[in-house]
Amino acid sequence: MRARVLIRPKAGILDPQGVAVEQALPALGFAGVQNVHVGRIVELDVEDASQLDEMCRRLLANPLVEDYEVQLLGDDGHAAP
Amino acid sequence: MKFGVLQFPGSCDEVDAQLAAARVGEAVLLWHRDRDLQGCDAIVVPGGFSYGDYLRAGAIARFSPVMESVIDFAEQGGLVLGICNGFQVLCEAGLLPGALLPNANRRFTFRQVDLDVVNAGTAFTRACDPQERLSIPAKHSWGRYYAPDDQLDALEASGQVVLRYAAGQNFNGSLRDIAGVTNERGNVFGLMPHPEHAVDALTGSTDGLRIFESMALSIQGAHA
Repeated sequence: MRARVLIRPKAGILDPQGVAVEQALPALGFAGVQNVHVGRIVELDVEDASQLDEMCRRLLANPLVEDYEVQLLGDDGHAAP
Repeated sequence: MKFGVLQFPGSCDEVDAQLAAARVGEAVLLWHRDRDLQGCDAIVVPGGFSYGDYLRAGAIARFSPVMESVIDFAEQGGLVLGICNGFQVLCEAGLLPGALLPNANRRFTFRQVDLDVVNAGTAFTRACDPQERLSIPAKHSWGRYYAPDDQLDALEASGQVVLRYAAGQNFNGSLRDIAGVTNERGNVFGLMPHPEHAVDALTGSTDGLRIFESMALSIQGAHA
């Protein structure tokens, strides 16, 4: 089973990477950009998808400061509906 | 007394930590794949970029064989000091409360900082005078101390906030100017600045020695 884990800084926690990107975009002429947040993606093949939540809590994310979202991917590599 | 300084792939301050500890006792390096703590009385988790800081700083190191032994050692009351990346590792391991986030100034910053000793009664600060100010270098890009508000209140109430950045020195945006905290039991301590780099007048300050002297006093007291 192919899975994708999206990890984001929790709402309300200062996200310096997001701020840096938000300030860089106007420098390229892109106006009107707000609330930029930078997270990361972990994609993995797993035999037992029921373990994904524990994998996230124990390693892939730090639940104190990050939110995570698990997506199971279909054969076409897209998130299952 | 005998200090054990951990060495991970990507550690870079373990030799300075060993040299600093050797000023107050014996000090050996402990390789990350070894589980044997060699009878050490205290453990130092040093600075650097363990396992490349992949995923998050400290996230992978926390599962290394040597850390399994260090977690057992800490649970039995052994003294564990985490410096910079070591602080991050101890937070990831759940031995210390909170987390370290990217600096609010968005920069890797290396500067000498003044630290106020908030609690001189701990096993790691007992050689300090109450309210003493220590001058110690800090160098990191991921050192903004964070914990939820209610947890910060509890840490302050229980004396677990040991060091704060002096007024105007909190370059990384740590909540409540926190530079160093202990666990509830008081036998595990983490701080972002580097006491091991401030042990010789040649480099401007010997204030960092206080931390190592405190640990030696604590061990001697326990053996007395």
